[in-house]
Amino acid sequence: MRLRKSLVMLIYLLFVLVPIYWLVNMSFKSNREILGGLTLWPTAPTLDNYRVIFTEPTWYTSYLNSLSYVSMNMLISLLVALPAAYAFSRYRFLGDKHMFFWLLTNRMAPPAVFLLPFFQLYSAVGLFDTPIAVALAHCLFNVPLAVWILEGFMSSVPKEIDETAYIDGYTFPKFFIKIFLPMIRPGIGVTAFFCFMFSWVELLLARTLTSVDAKPIVAQMTRTVSASGIDWGVLAAAGVVALLPGIAVIYFVRNHVAKGFALGRV
Amino acid sequence: MKTYNNKAWWLVLPVFVLVAFSAIIPMMTVVNYSVQDIFDPSTRYFVGTEWYREILADPRLHDSLVRQFIYSFCVLAIEVPLGIIVALSMPRRGLGVPVSLILLSLPLLVPWNVVGTIWQIIGREDIGLYGWILNSLGLDYNYASNPRDAWITVLVMDVWHWTSLVALLCYSGLRSIPDVYYQAARIDRASHWAVFRFIQLPKLKNVLLIAVMLRFMDSFMIYTEPFVLTGGGPGTATTFLSQTLTQMALGQFDLGRASAFSLIYFLIILLVTWVFYTAMTHNDNKE
Repeated sequence: MRLRKSLVMLIYLLFVLVPIYWLVNMSFKSNREILGGLTLWPTAPTLDNYRVIFTEPTWYTSYLNSLSYVSMNMLISLLVALPAAYAFSRYRFLGDKHMFFWLLTNRMAPPAVFLLPFFQLYSAVGLFDTPIAVALAHCLFNVPLAVWILEGFMSSVPKEIDETAYIDGYTFPKFFIKIFLPMIRPGIGVTAFFCFMFSWVELLLARTLTSVDAKPIVAQMTRTVSASGIDWGVLAAAGVVALLPGIAVIYFVRNHVAKGFALGRV
Repeated sequence: MKTYNNKAWWLVLPVFVLVAFSAIIPMMTVVNYSVQDIFDPSTRYFVGTEWYREILADPRLHDSLVRQFIYSFCVLAIEVPLGIIVALSMPRRGLGVPVSLILLSLPLLVPWNVVGTIWQIIGREDIGLYGWILNSLGLDYNYASNPRDAWITVLVMDVWHWTSLVALLCYSGLRSIPDVYYQAARIDRASHWAVFRFIQLPKLKNVLLIAVMLRFMDSFMIYTEPFVLTGGGPGTATTFLSQTLTQMALGQFDLGRASAFSLIYFLIILLVTWVFYTAMTHNDNKE
């Protein structure tokens, strides 16, 4: 039984890892080797593909663009979601349940539905092709996500702590910043990670709201087709670099991945 | 117990304003477009439900709606059982736990367009491992020209991408079962199947509800991965709702039809998710 379990796990992990390995493998090959025939590992490893990514302005600026709207979005989402999540976890108020569900409906709205109005709204206010436009657009699904996850973490903090603090003479803002926030620090970290993640992986809105100046990496990657065909090596290298932010922090959030994806409901 | 205090609205206000700006205003624009015929900003006519009637009779919508439902159904039918199996096979203790947690999470953290790129590469017969293996086994596999192969590739891609989520959710559900339950089962000499059916499955009900809801939602609005992998082709074989809508809205700038389409699309998701959400909160209240 135990052996059979390990075998199932091993096969599944292999299924997960082989495609990623293949991408990494290709990113170290020259285009001649890629098209020359199938090799299981790079026979003449080269860093040329990565050199292209880090030296050509269209590539590295697109990374910087992505990073800038992603971090803006993370900041905005956290700032507005923290007080709201506190309200949902501690109080009942007029329309609280409807509000909570309405937030979820924004998480499940297909981005394609919002394409056209977003395009016109941000063109009208002169934000088209700026990182802030994408950051605001991504709030559509990240703010509800942040509220839901944070509410889960906050509800696990006993209410007696709030009451004790008020008896000790703390005002609400002072209590919130000095006592409450440090207590849910892991929750804030997890929320920040998931806001980062969902904004980082989104393509449709990011591509529609930008054209040249604020072009994100995900859009840049769909445009590697040149006159001589697709530049597979550079495409693979770009993919690997786009993977790195997630991998860099996965160790710290490994126990919260399910929680984050399930909107804090697990 | 939570106290009743309407002042809490002040804390929710920033979220409300922000989400209103990014959701309600655009939504109203869509509603506005869906009942008008617009030639240019100054020439517009109120046409009532004409766009809705037209779009509901549009064979393009019917086709991609059918495809979308088949796709979401296949995704759920494969990923939920597979996810449960993987979760049951997770190691219980030791170094294996963090290692498999991290490795399982990997596909979830891959940017969606890179998911498309990965499978675009690995499925090709000249430079991709899987495509090459299949073709050297004598199978005529080509996802770019054969609709059946395109479907299989898109499905396998989704299974690769999202089964981990179902598995991780189920794993956290399984971890919450106290050891006493298993000991009792051992004393009763319960079979593995009985343990699964009467101890594990009931405990998994809640997380499975969430998993099915999330997977339905996300598979129903899938865009990026098939767009990168097949571009919706060959022909329209893998063109799902989001892509049809995007083509209509940005490709042809067909405002009226696209808006009516958007609202119908959104309503379908809203309806299904509401059912799941009600079931979820109903369960919570019972416990």
